[in-house]
Amino acid sequence: MNQLLYHLPVLQVVIPLLAAPACVVIRQRHLVWLWATVVTWACLAMSIGLLMRVYPTGGAITYEIGGWVAPWGIVYHVDALTALVLVIVTGVGAVVMLYARQSVNDEIPAERHHLFYAAFLLCMTGLLGITVTGDAFNVFVFLEISSLSSYVLIALGRGRRALTASFRYLVMGTIGGTFILIGIGLMYMQTGTLNMADLAARLPAVNDTRTIRAAFAFFTVGVSVKLALFPLHVWLPNAYTYAPSVITSFVAATATKVSVYVLVRFTFIIFGAEFAFTDMKLDVVLLALAIAAMFIGSLVAIYQTNVKRLLAYSSLAQIGYMVLGISLTNVNGLTGSIVHLFNHAMMKGGLFMVMGCVMLRIGSVHLRDMAGLGKRMPWTMAAFVVGGLNLIGVPLTSGFVSKWYLVLGALDRGWWPIAVLILLSSLLAVVYVWRVIEVVYFRDPPEDAPTERCEAPLMMLVMTWLLLGASIVFGVWAQIPAGVSKAAAQMLLGVTP
Amino acid sequence: MTILTLDVTTLIVLCLVLPLISAVLIAALGRWPNLRDGMMVVMATILCGVVCKLVPLIDAGARPELNLVNILPGDHYMPLGFKVEPLGMLFALVASCLYILTAVYAVGYMRGHHEKNQTRFFVCFALAIFAAIGVAFARNVMTLFVFYEVLTLSTYPLVTHHGTDAARRSGRVYLGILLTTSVSMLLLAMIWTYFLAGTLEFTPGGILTGHVDGLMLMVLLGLYAFGTGKAALMPFHRWLPAAMVAPTPVSALLHAVAVVKAGVFTILKVGVYVFGIDLLAGTGASVWLMYVAGFTLICASLVALSKDNLKERLAYSTISQLAYIVLGMALANPDGVLGGALHIATHAVGKITLFFCAGAIYVQLHKTQVSELDGMGRRMPWTFAAFTIASISIIGLPPMGGAWSKWFLALGAADAHQYPLLAALMISSLLNIAYLLPIPMRAFFAKPKPDGRHDHDDHGHAHVHDGLSEGWAMTIPLCITALGCIAMFYFADPLYHMLQPIAAHTQTVVAPITAAAHP
Repeated sequence: MNQLLYHLPVLQVVIPLLAAPACVVIRQRHLVWLWATVVTWACLAMSIGLLMRVYPTGGAITYEIGGWVAPWGIVYHVDALTALVLVIVTGVGAVVMLYARQSVNDEIPAERHHLFYAAFLLCMTGLLGITVTGDAFNVFVFLEISSLSSYVLIALGRGRRALTASFRYLVMGTIGGTFILIGIGLMYMQTGTLNMADLAARLPAVNDTRTIRAAFAFFTVGVSVKLALFPLHVWLPNAYTYAPSVITSFVAATATKVSVYVLVRFTFIIFGAEFAFTDMKLDVVLLALAIAAMFIGSLVAIYQTNVKRLLAYSSLAQIGYMVLGISLTNVNGLTGSIVHLFNHAMMKGGLFMVMGCVMLRIGSVHLRDMAGLGKRMPWTMAAFVVGGLNLIGVPLTSGFVSKWYLVLGALDRGWWPIAVLILLSSLLAVVYVWRVIEVVYFRDPPEDAPTERCEAPLMMLVMTWLLLGASIVFGVWAQIPAGVSKAAAQMLLGVTP
Repeated sequence: MTILTLDVTTLIVLCLVLPLISAVLIAALGRWPNLRDGMMVVMATILCGVVCKLVPLIDAGARPELNLVNILPGDHYMPLGFKVEPLGMLFALVASCLYILTAVYAVGYMRGHHEKNQTRFFVCFALAIFAAIGVAFARNVMTLFVFYEVLTLSTYPLVTHHGTDAARRSGRVYLGILLTTSVSMLLLAMIWTYFLAGTLEFTPGGILTGHVDGLMLMVLLGLYAFGTGKAALMPFHRWLPAAMVAPTPVSALLHAVAVVKAGVFTILKVGVYVFGIDLLAGTGASVWLMYVAGFTLICASLVALSKDNLKERLAYSTISQLAYIVLGMALANPDGVLGGALHIATHAVGKITLFFCAGAIYVQLHKTQVSELDGMGRRMPWTFAAFTIASISIIGLPPMGGAWSKWFLALGAADAHQYPLLAALMISSLLNIAYLLPIPMRAFFAKPKPDGRHDHDDHGHAHVHDGLSEGWAMTIPLCITALGCIAMFYFADPLYHMLQPIAAHTQTVVAPITAAAHP
């Protein structure tokens, strides 16, 4: 048992990786679903196990693959931040898998189910690998695994527009991936190492070379594409809108978060905060783009009539919050950023699951088709309200905890106007959330529309509420997510608690 | 009675849980209206009884608390919890007592007016009372803010109850202004306060002393004053007239008592327990606010004069009266604060009577305009008598309760040597006379217009449903509240005595308790 615990970091990646091809072997669609569900829940158990090993006591774990010592071998590295992101990815994955069965049956042709689940597990493998690895090149490898599988998953969406959405994502994603690869290559050229800890030790000596500056620029831009930072977000709205509901929930809740994580790890740990923010002035760039994302994303969301697209633009704005926290470069700001990774995964995952339920029942996620839906799907729509309150950041929801830390972080830096802007942008969230609520609850459906109850299947409903309920629980009782995030922020900034 | 043996924590829990249980039961009993409404009145009475049980304890100097959960980890000490002190006690007392009467009245009104969705209406009503009690007992700004928002959201369906386009538009104004101000300013003020003082606990003497001064103190005060949109300080007052599209019981309890009073209560509480009136008086940071309040109270009175719609006139009157309370806090001396606090109670009783009357007139006579009321006094003598009494109380003449609060406010203004404001108070009282008293005078003394008689033949008689004469279900509560206006003149002493401690701390400067707040 101890042996098994010791190998948790690598098992976390290896198990879903091996489970994916097994899906193709199993083939029978119910069994495949069962298999994928069991694997994702096992992954969740492992990541919670890892989190408990590093938080609140225990410190970081370094795991050498095959016993090869760093910097020659590949190491996996788990600290509070890593473990939190692992929990986000596996947690959403596990919940989404239980939710998936009915939705997938409805949206994906039966003969492709086994491929769908295989791609899903591969995508999760990629995301987990990016998170857990301590090797820069490995980041690129896993990034490609997750990207390629998510192109496939998005292309499985109903309607031909899913194909163009996926293709656009493919083009943009590949450019991003290539930029990241160039960045890593340049770093390797200058330091001769790919191990992250080793890179962090050797980079300061060569910081002032043009090569490293170029590497930094390439890498940051590449990651910004992957995390859909404004104005590199153009792949995101269509991809989220036209992907199958299950995939939208999963990708929206996890993929961008992992990219934010990569940005945080590389800027703070590998390049070092001093180089990134003092020499390269990354904070100014991120700050400007984050504010732009917060406002433009929300403003565009207000004018959407497709609710999935509305939520996609809202994601753009929420990513703005996460990046804003990074640009504040202090403990409170960074805590806000990290805790928002966790909180936003719950709320946006849950909201897209709501839209999956709506899609299943009325076959559309268009506002005009949703009039009066509050009476027909009361539980589903109540879940939407909860998620909406989270997006706004009403107190006692997890969105509030994120905003609390972000505003404190802005005040800590003496950036008053930023604090005001954060709150003003949540007012825009009020508008776009309220538009949906008003249509759903207070507008009468057209005369000829059906009026009978059509509540979503119990399992889908329970899973939706599980995520959104968690977002309330962690809003009232934010000790663990905020505690982990704070520990992570202190670790990143090298502040002793 | 088992309630006699309950310990004080249980009492606080009951105060908060009873309205929630009530909401659940109302929803469950929706199919049996008589049972539902009976249960609602019984629950309201029990709630009021429980709140009253707390009063002697608070009088005796106890400050019972109840902590639910600490939201943030480690050094960010941020409990969600309750602590009962005199000001909150007063607000809870006013809200819960008037809830009983409003419940009875609302049953009569909703049935008499054949309103739809009565169950949803009463559920939201109970939730609003829950939120009001939460605001009253909140131990820190955070908890208060939470319940403040619950109050906003739970009253939205009440404002838009009719579901018409006009109702929805007003609902948007209502929600828009209240959410915008609270999220953009009150929330900012709250986080800023935490940033400065390291705590958000309401503490006698305030928590900001020594942490902020000069212009920043004024800005912070402004964020609180305008961020509390429910206090309807100009220019953020538009939501209150907009909310008048709601059925009248809503206007009565929520927009004369629970919602607007939650606003001014917040301002008073923040002034006394976050800033501390010594800090405000010492730095003069609140002088500008006095003049904003003075401006609002004159202006709103002038607008009220020009309104012919009875409910709108009362709404502007409310805006004006709320400014009195804000003024009391801004004066930052014991008399001002006490006057402001007393005004929460006296104005609540007076204004709820006026709204009850307006609703009764609407249901019985189908009149909404002041100009249509000529000669109606003979048809509804009790209602218009009550209206007269309440008007006199609002104006602030003895022997009505309103006299005391205006007396203390005037004293406070004189104490602060703000003679222009003293004048403003007096002018406003004259304006009150000008816009309130003509209404009963027309009703009693003017000749009825010819079409009034015709109307009487059609609708003049109360409809009788379910064995309950809703005419009386409306008239009795408004008579009781009118009597309350008189009683508050003769028996104001217990209230004054209970409130005394909130002004008592002003003489001793209490050190900021940043560290003490951490257990």
